[in-house]
Amino acid sequence: MASRIAAAAPVRAPLSAQGRNRAIIKAISFVLLLLFVVIWLIPFAWAVDTALKPEAETSIVPITWWSSHFNLDAFGKVLSAGTLPRWYLNSLINSGVITIVTVVLASLIAFAFSRIRFRGRWFLFWLVMAGIMVPGQVLIVPLFTMMNDLNFVDTYWGVILPQLASPIGVFVFKQFFDGIPHELEEAAVLDGCGRFRIYWQIWMPLSKAAIAAVAIFSFVFSWNNFLWPLIVITSTEMMPLTVGLANVQSSFGLMYAQIMASAVLAALPMLVIFALFQRQIVQGIAGSGIKG
Amino acid sequence: MALREHVVRTPVPIVSRNRLPQWRTDLAGWTFAAPFLIAYGLFVLWPIINGLRLSFYNWSLLGTSHFIGLDNYREALQDSIFWTAVWHTFQFTILSTIPLVLLGFVMALLANQRLPAQWLFRLAFFSPYVLPATIVYQIWNWLYSSSYGLFNSWLTTVGLPAVNWLSDPGTAMTSIVIATVWWTVGFNFVLYLAGLQEIPRELFEAAAIDGAGKWAILRSITIPLLQRTTTLIVVLQVLASLKVFDQIYLFTTGGPNGITRSALEYIYENGFQTYRLGYAASMSYIFFIVIMVISAAQFVVLSRGRTES
Repeated sequence: MASRIAAAAPVRAPLSAQGRNRAIIKAISFVLLLLFVVIWLIPFAWAVDTALKPEAETSIVPITWWSSHFNLDAFGKVLSAGTLPRWYLNSLINSGVITIVTVVLASLIAFAFSRIRFRGRWFLFWLVMAGIMVPGQVLIVPLFTMMNDLNFVDTYWGVILPQLASPIGVFVFKQFFDGIPHELEEAAVLDGCGRFRIYWQIWMPLSKAAIAAVAIFSFVFSWNNFLWPLIVITSTEMMPLTVGLANVQSSFGLMYAQIMASAVLAALPMLVIFALFQRQIVQGIAGSGIKG
Repeated sequence: MALREHVVRTPVPIVSRNRLPQWRTDLAGWTFAAPFLIAYGLFVLWPIINGLRLSFYNWSLLGTSHFIGLDNYREALQDSIFWTAVWHTFQFTILSTIPLVLLGFVMALLANQRLPAQWLFRLAFFSPYVLPATIVYQIWNWLYSSSYGLFNSWLTTVGLPAVNWLSDPGTAMTSIVIATVWWTVGFNFVLYLAGLQEIPRELFEAAAIDGAGKWAILRSITIPLLQRTTTLIVVLQVLASLKVFDQIYLFTTGGPNGITRSALEYIYENGFQTYRLGYAASMSYIFFIVIMVISAAQFVVLSRGRTES
């Protein structure tokens, strides 16, 4: 391919000019990117700005960014209004349980696929992988009637149970396990370790990267899940943050500072997770193309 | 795509446990698999089957339900609101996929110029992606506010008329698309950046030394070598866009006049607002088939494009 280009443009540009060109392109790229960055940060900045203003100043025309009365009142009001901390707790319980159980279930079956030559494993593997193709949204009606029959509507069970089996999690673990050298296992077998001990004491400690990827994605996706809790939760106290905040608009009336304060508070956990695990999240996506 | 490679790869040697009878190996395998399989069977496989059954009944939460054969499917096929919603879903998919793929590519291309402050780009472009739809809605609904919104204040400052972003049928869908682009472009940015970083630097350098201009390099090296990444991104993006619900439900609940109502929004309205669960189930299956057909068609077209080039 390079030779085709060389044939098309046989004349060599002088190196110094080329170097200057490259520097110019770099500078232009940088400025363009900074422009994108500013555009992308404006919504965040405006949300924080509004949240810090006194309520009266949010609905004044012409609009200004600066206020001489910046304060934290809106945050205080939102937090003391009662339901927001409860929604936090609900989201934390749902996502915490889903994350732990997903990691355990997915890694156990992936270990079996990767390390145990049992009959039926290929059939099972493809049965599970086919699940990647099924959009969860298609299952909302039968899942709802099921939760209704089990009396799990408006409970943690109702939210959590349908989100436990993650075929993508299985895929990520299996890929990771396949890459672990089997000599390690042979040594363990010689030592007389049972399979479960091999899984628990050798494989899992070696698989921190895979555990992190699956755990982070389970947590973020279940925390952000909107449709399912919207359907299965009916009372205000049981709502996770995503569903609760959707109703905040009506309950706060048109208190824009408070609405933005609640948005900022709700965004914080996800942004903190992102800041802490930036590398794992980005590599996880780049590696396997997980999309919700 | 990743799946196929996965299968082709030679199986990893597994410790021989020839001393043990095969049934004990089978038992061990199925024991490890059992907890996942139970959850998978109960909450994925069984609902697929049971949903199909429901779709043959006029099922609702209230009163009794009767077997009505294919009536739900017949009704859905003739339901113009449903097909309009499917059409709106396609509109959203086309309107969102094009900027999401192009912008992701441009941003990644710019960021790949060995620039400083890579963390800043990742932070700005990707952090919206980890936010739930509700927060995106709260922030953008405020930006779009007709009387006190930031966007309209900009418009009026430069002398343009204010826009009713979300309530004007002419702009509602575009407004949802814009918010969606802001929300999710970071995902494609990250995938493209990873794809770009896999291209060996020497290729670019060799071409540059040979005097190839930036455009020639872009056209003959970068874009062809990124074709695998592009295929992946387009397929994932179309799949994600077809399933649009959260933003639409939050921003407009399908309005004004149903102009933004997507297929899932209509299925939700039937299933959980009027409680016609059987009918909603039948539409879910029809829509699932539509998605599968589109995915298959895309796969054929995109992979043929790759072998030709």
